[in-house]
Amino acid sequence: MTGISILNGHAILPGVNKAKPLNVHIENGKIASVGKTTPIANQLDASDLIIAPGIIDLGVFKTDKPAFRFGGITRAALMPDQSPVHDDPATVRFAALKGKPDLWVHPLAAATQGLNGLQMAEIALMKDAGAVGVATGRKWIADSGILLRIMRYCHALDLPVFVHSEDAGLSGNAVATAGETATLLGLSSASPITEALAIARDLLLAEESGAHVHFRQVTTARGLDLIRAAKAKGLRITCGITPGHLFLSDNAVSDFRTFAHLSPPLRSESDRLACVAAVADGTIDVIASGHDPRGPEDKRLPYSESAPGMAGAETLLALSLNLVRDNVISTGRLFELLASNPAKILGLNAGQIAEGYEADLILVDPDAPWQVDGDRMAALAGNTPFDRLPVQGRVRHMLKGGKVI
Amino acid sequence: MTWTQPFAADSFPSGSGAFPHKHLLGIAGLQKWEILYILKEAEQWVALNRSGPAKHDGRLSGLTIINAFFENSTRTLLSFEIAGKRLGADVVNMHAAQSSVKKGETLIDTAMTLNAMRADAIVIRHGSSGAVQLISSKVDCPVINAGDGSHEHPTQALLDSLTIMRRKGRLEGQTVVICGDVLHSRVARSNLFCLKTLGAEVRVVAPPALMPSGIEAFGAQTFTNFDAALDGADVVMMLRLQNERMQGDFIPSPREYFHLYGLDERRLALAKPDALVMHPGPMNRGVEIASNVADHVERSAITEQVEMGVAVRMACLDILTRKARGQEGWS
Repeated sequence: MTGISILNGHAILPGVNKAKPLNVHIENGKIASVGKTTPIANQLDASDLIIAPGIIDLGVFKTDKPAFRFGGITRAALMPDQSPVHDDPATVRFAALKGKPDLWVHPLAAATQGLNGLQMAEIALMKDAGAVGVATGRKWIADSGILLRIMRYCHALDLPVFVHSEDAGLSGNAVATAGETATLLGLSSASPITEALAIARDLLLAEESGAHVHFRQVTTARGLDLIRAAKAKGLRITCGITPGHLFLSDNAVSDFRTFAHLSPPLRSESDRLACVAAVADGTIDVIASGHDPRGPEDKRLPYSESAPGMAGAETLLALSLNLVRDNVISTGRLFELLASNPAKILGLNAGQIAEGYEADLILVDPDAPWQVDGDRMAALAGNTPFDRLPVQGRVRHMLKGGKVI
Repeated sequence: MTWTQPFAADSFPSGSGAFPHKHLLGIAGLQKWEILYILKEAEQWVALNRSGPAKHDGRLSGLTIINAFFENSTRTLLSFEIAGKRLGADVVNMHAAQSSVKKGETLIDTAMTLNAMRADAIVIRHGSSGAVQLISSKVDCPVINAGDGSHEHPTQALLDSLTIMRRKGRLEGQTVVICGDVLHSRVARSNLFCLKTLGAEVRVVAPPALMPSGIEAFGAQTFTNFDAALDGADVVMMLRLQNERMQGDFIPSPREYFHLYGLDERRLALAKPDALVMHPGPMNRGVEIASNVADHVERSAITEQVEMGVAVRMACLDILTRKARGQEGWS
């Protein structure tokens, strides 16, 4: 029997705001007990560290193990926007096995063939191959009929549907949110209501179908208002955001900084503040990295020709800890957003420190200072709009299935 | 009429202090005196260009200027070419249609290639906002933006201001109406920044679909009604409407556009009696401007704009290459 005891640390238990001095005992890859029981022979000292559930990153675009290891990410839900698109069982099965044993990749299946938004993909076969959810990809599905049928199908298969919330008719070829920055730079832009417009339709479809719909990124005040109202009504919906939209507004695009080219585009400062408020009031369920490493061939281009996306895995935890330091949320709530809520959405027996759960743990020094440096990142590319930013919070140890990695 | 100089010539900072920038990428961010310095410098080239058949100055002799145009242009390219040649430079034109850009070379690689050829100045036009700034960060020589996407076209704004200065004597307090596809217009942006910096009042007029969001923050008064905007105008600046935007996406049809936003004699009468008519060209006669207005002998400054364009571009090439030429006082 293999086991390990993590001693002298402060553990975050489900439903508790603050980390408490507790020992965590692991046996056979699972959390055996939490508390004052006799330590097992193998011991890991966690003095001055927080023992937290490993981050479950809900919606990444690349399997990037060094970046995930740095960022304390033990599981990642992989978007189907790959080359080739994850729209058949073989590619899904391959993706699911790719990270093991030290990283578990949970593939999200393409909702439509080739993500074309027109014909349904083989969702049930992909589920059997390891898909834990279905996603529309980087784009919105314009055809309400096909999306409703997908939602009904997924409801029957008990799979969550991840949607992208930008009405393509309104957003067109926009690379920025309409406003002073876009006007100053002469960038094609769209009104921020493009998001609320898409959410309004998808909420109706969610209600009609009964499916669990996850709005992967909600970034505007009006979008969040719709989500808040729908939740109050009891709809089975969840939503997420990335640190980019929580900590940057569209003026980060000034000087044509393509590293700040995200999808959806960065919003106004008032929308950004609404996002922070929505984290505080519980409207937002998930914080994810949206990890999308992009090299110079995608980013060192004129702004409108550059690809959207940022390498976010390494900075996810440190940036999110700002929410705790700024008294927006408690440490306990932060790890609900980073780990236990994503686990619940995907139906995983992980994401919290409780008996019988997978022993995916990170030992975090929440105050350790470091500086984000795009040139020295572990990720496949260093495209971060937070370059040179001083941050706090480092992962000192990581355990996946009870093994220190 | 010559302009009443707002500053005496000796009131500009000495040496490179008068225009302390390596490149000319846009008007946004320039100081008032920097703009005025370029305009003042351009005056001597207006005089030279009018001086007869031997209009030549050899100060850029031996320098190589590359006009790298990634987007089609006739008049701006020609204007820069003439400007360079009148100052004695060796001018080379690179057209995107004939270049390796069509073969898939990235913009950065093209920039590095131009740089390796040791140009002394590169003039760039590109269809994408920010592209010229991107190239300027990768080359050693001065870069002049000859228009990037919907972002800026600084020499157009400078030549427009010079034209108004010469016609009206001053810019301060002038009411300038800019009408047309403001959303996609780099000319409108550069002119707005330039005219506001020089103290003019700027009104922008566009159909709602072609009015950029938040432009009021840069000091523009916005109008959708052209007639209302013309009241008391000293200058009416018309913008070119791209053909591809007239087919129902933004504008129902060219004739409907002319009905609401075309400048004809009736509308011109709503402006001040001596109001100046301007257009950056090339004009769509009958779409944004009526022929009799465009050709009006006293009111239209359209051909004068072209003339000022050469002078302003000579001034820009002269000023930005002073460091390379070891001109005294330029560090």
